[in-house]
Amino acid sequence: MCETHNMIQTNLYDSKSPTWCPGCGDYGIWASLRTSLNQLGWGAEKYAVVYGVGCSGNMTDFIKCHGFHSLHGRAVPNAEGIKLANHELTVICEVGDGDCYGEGGNHLLHAMRGNADIKVLVHDNRVYGLTTGQTAPTSPSGFKSKSTPQGVIELPVNPLSFAITQGASFVAQGFAGDTIYLIKLITEALSHKGFALLNILQPCVSFNKFYGYAYYKERIYRLEEDNHNPESKEEALKRVMQDETRIPLGIIYKKERPTYQDQVGVLAKGTLVKQPMNNPKEFTSLLNIFTENPL
Amino acid sequence: MINLTWKIGGEAGFGIMTTGHMFSKIAVKHGYKIFDYIEYPSLIRGGHNVYEVRVSDEEIYSQEKKVDFLFALNKETYDLHKEEVREGGIIVYNSDNFKLNTGEKERNVAIYSLPLSKIISDIGAQKVMENNVALGATIAILSMEINALYLIIESIFRKKGQEVIDKNKEAAKAGYEYVTKNPPDGFDHKLLPRKAEPQIIATGNEAAGMGAFVGGCQFFVAYPMTPSSALLHIMAMYGEKYGVVVKHAEDEISVMNMAIGASYAGARSMIGTAGGGFSLMVEGLGLAGITETPVVVMVGQRPGPATGMPTWTSQGDLQFVIHAAQDEFPRIVLTPGDINEVFWLTAEAFNLAEIYQTPVFILTDKYLLESHASVPVFELNQVKINRGKLISFEEGDIAENYLRYKVTEDGIPKRALPGMKKALFIANSYEHDEYGWSTEDPKERVRQVDRRARKLETFKKTISKQNVYGDTVADLSIVAWGSTKGPVLQAMKDIKGRSDKIKVNFLHITHAWPFPADCVGDFLMKAKRTMIIESNSYSQMGLLIREQTGFDIKNKYLKYDGRPFYPEDIQNKIMEVINL
Ligand SMILES: Cc1ncc(C[n+]2csc(CCOP(=O)(O)OP(=O)(O)O)c2C)c(N)n1
Ligand code: SF4
Repeated sequence: MCETHNMIQTNLYDSKSPTWCPGCGDYGIWASLRTSLNQLGWGAEKYAVVYGVGCSGNMTDFIKCHGFHSLHGRAVPNAEGIKLANHELTVICEVGDGDCYGEGGNHLLHAMRGNADIKVLVHDNRVYGLTTGQTAPTSPSGFKSKSTPQGVIELPVNPLSFAITQGASFVAQGFAGDTIYLIKLITEALSHKGFALLNILQPCVSFNKFYGYAYYKERIYRLEEDNHNPESKEEALKRVMQDETRIPLGIIYKKERPTYQDQVGVLAKGTLVKQPMNNPKEFTSLLNIFTENPL
Repeated sequence: MINLTWKIGGEAGFGIMTTGHMFSKIAVKHGYKIFDYIEYPSLIRGGHNVYEVRVSDEEIYSQEKKVDFLFALNKETYDLHKEEVREGGIIVYNSDNFKLNTGEKERNVAIYSLPLSKIISDIGAQKVMENNVALGATIAILSMEINALYLIIESIFRKKGQEVIDKNKEAAKAGYEYVTKNPPDGFDHKLLPRKAEPQIIATGNEAAGMGAFVGGCQFFVAYPMTPSSALLHIMAMYGEKYGVVVKHAEDEISVMNMAIGASYAGARSMIGTAGGGFSLMVEGLGLAGITETPVVVMVGQRPGPATGMPTWTSQGDLQFVIHAAQDEFPRIVLTPGDINEVFWLTAEAFNLAEIYQTPVFILTDKYLLESHASVPVFELNQVKINRGKLISFEEGDIAENYLRYKVTEDGIPKRALPGMKKALFIANSYEHDEYGWSTEDPKERVRQVDRRARKLETFKKTISKQNVYGDTVADLSIVAWGSTKGPVLQAMKDIKGRSDKIKVNFLHITHAWPFPADCVGDFLMKAKRTMIIESNSYSQMGLLIREQTGFDIKNKYLKYDGRPFYPEDIQNKIMEVINL
C-alpha cells in the first residue's frame, strides 16, 4: 500500500471494505478518486460512476454513491447513455485495461470521436487481474502469462496515442503509487468538459510483479516540470511515442471542443429526463404526416 | 364488393417503392382500403423489385396471389408474373423497354403497350419522372381522378419548389392523356372515388415509430439492419421535433448498453434491430434483466441464421427472443399482428417496461414492418403514460434508507434515479442485495431471484385474454401469432364469402411471453380440430404451446421460404384439415 493513505477523508462514505490484494494499486486509485470527489465538494446528486468488470470494477462496492456495475467492456456505452439522459451528471467510468482497451475497445474509439462528455479512468495493470493473470492488450510483446506461456505475439496497444489522434479532448496519465498527483489529475479529468481519458499505471502485485511500484518509480516524470505544451497534438504524440525509459505523468493533451451533448438539438431545451413528457395530443401533427384524406 | 390488385415490377432503380407507395395513397384518397406488399432482393441496383397494392371497399387483411393489373416495366416482370393475372385483367408494359410479339394475347387478359420513354422525351422531362407517367396512365386506365396524384406530387415536392412540382405533374398528365387518347380494350375495372373517413397509411416500422413517439420515448438508439432500419430513419427524422434523442451507435452491443444507461438515468428508451443485431445484444439484455432497467426492444425477424435472407420474412426468432441471455429473469414479449396492434403495443411497451422494470420486446418481421396498410386514424386520447413505481426527484432528494431492490410482495421495488440526493443505489450486474451491493450469500440470491420472478407473475394476471376471431363453435380452430394474423383473417373472410357452412375460428397470440397458458389451453380444449400456422420450420409456437399447456397441435402449416403466407394457401389447408 502506498504511503499517502492516512490523508484520505473517507468519513463521507459508508461502503463495504475493499477486497483487493494487499498492496494492489487499486487502493491508491480508490483513495484518490474519493479524495478528489471530496475536494470538489460534490454531493451524490452530482455524479454517477460506471464500473467495468475486473478487479478495478469491484470498486463498486467500496464507494457509496450512484453507481452502475456494468458488464466486462461495456461501461463506456452505459456512461454515454447516462450522460445523454441526464447531462447534469458528471459520468465517471472506472475500468480495467482489458475491459476498456480489449473487450470494449470499439466503444472507446467511438466515444472519443464524438467527444462524449464522460471521464474514463483506466486501471492499467498490463494484465487481467480478476481472472488471475492472463495477458492484457497493454502487456508487452513476449509477455509470459497463463494464457501466453510462450510469450505474447502482438504489440501492446498505445491507448494514449490512440486517444490523442481519435478525438479525445483530454488525455492524461497517472500512477497509482503517486496519489497526491493522481488526486490532482482526477480532479482535472472530472472538471474537463468533454471526453477525458486518464490512464492510470496500476501495479498488480499478484499477477504482474515485473511492473511493480519500483519499475514505475524509476521511470516516471511529471510533464508540467518538463516544459510540455498539452495544447500541441504533435508534442503530445512525441511524449507518448517514446520508449519506456521515461514515462510521462500529467496532462498530455488537452483541447476543448464541443461535446457530443452540446450538439444534440433536443438537449438544448434542457436535461432530457427533466423535460416534460409530451401530451399525446401534441402528436396530431405526426399522425397527419401519415394520414390521407379522401378527395 | 370491389377488390383489385395492382402490381408493378421492374429493376431496382426505377423507384418502384415510391411509385407503389404513391399508388397506395391514391387509392386511399379515393376512399378505399389498401394492403401493400413489396419484394426486393438485397441489392441496391439491378435485381427484380415488385410492389403490389391490394385495393378494396371492404376490410382487407393481406395481399393475394392473383393480380388484376400488372405493370411490367421490364420483360422479367412480364415473364415472371403474367400467369398471376386474373381473367378480365390487364397487363400494361413499357414498350420502349421490350417488345411483345403481336398476338401474344394472354387468355382473357388485355395487353396494353405504353411507350414510357417516348412520352417522357416528348415533354422534355427527365427519366426519373417516368414513374409519374406510369401512375398517370394507371389512373386513366382505372377511371380514377388525376387530381389525387397531383395532390400527392405537391406534398412530396413541396420543399423543392413549384418548378419541380409542375414538371412532375406534367409527366403525370402526359401518361394520363396518352391513355385517354388510346383507351385500352377489354378491361373495365374502375376505382371511382367513394366517401370515406381519413386513413393512416403506414408500415409496421412507421406504426412502431408513431407508437414510440406517442408512448413517451425519449431515447432511441439503433444500428441499421433490415427490416427495422426504417424505424431508425423515422425516429431520426422526427426525433428533434418531438423531443427524442436519437443515436446511431457503433454496434449493437453499444446500442443495448446505451439504452440501458439512458434508462437507468430515467429516459424512456427503445432500440430497434433484427435477429443478427439482437444476437449481439444478448449479454446486455441480461444486464437489463438483473439491473431491472426498463428497455423496449423492437426485433424485426428475417430468415437466418447469420445474414440469412435480409429482405425476406420469417418468424424464426420466437424461441430465441424468449430465451436469450443466461439464466432466468423476467421479460415480456409482445407479438403484434397488424399495423394497429404495432402502434398500440409499442406505446404500451413503454408503460410495461417501466411498470415491471424489465425488458419488453415488440417481435415483428419483414412482412409486417415493410408492408403498408390503411387503418383508421389512431385515437390519441386513448394513450396513457404510466411510469410505474418511479419516484420523483423531490421524493428521491429526501428519502431515508432507500433500497432499490427491496423485496416486495408484487416483486416490484420503487425505482430511484441517479441525480437524486438521498435515494442512492447501485445498478449491479452482479447478484446484489436490496441496496445493490454485490452478494454471493445463498439466501440473498434466492430472495432476489424469487422477487424478480414475482414481477412476471404480477404481470401475468393482466393478460388472461387473447383475441379470438370467427365462429364460437368451429370445425377447425387455428392458432397463429404476429403478422400471420392478416393472411389467416383474410382466408377466413374469403371462405365465409364462399360458403357459410365451413366454421373456423382463430386464436391470435399477441402476448407470447409470459405465455398466456390458461387462455390458449382453454381455446384448444374446446377445439374439434386444431391447426397452427407460423413462419418457421420447427413450429416454435407449437412447441411452446406443448411445453406450456400440454397440447400438441398435430396439423401444422409451416412456411420458411422467406415469403409471407397467402390467404389462398391457408384456405386450401383449412379445407384439407376439415375434410380429413
Ligand atoms: C463477456 C465476459 N468475458 C469474460 C469475462 C471474464 N472476465 C472478468 S474480468 C476479466 C479481465 C479483467 O482484466 P482487466 O479488465 O484488465 O481488469 P483487472 O481485473 O485487471 O482490473 C475477464 C476476462 C466476463 N466477465 N465477461
Ligand atoms: S489481482 Fe492484481 S489487480 Fe487484482 S486485486 Fe490483486 S493485485 Fe489488484
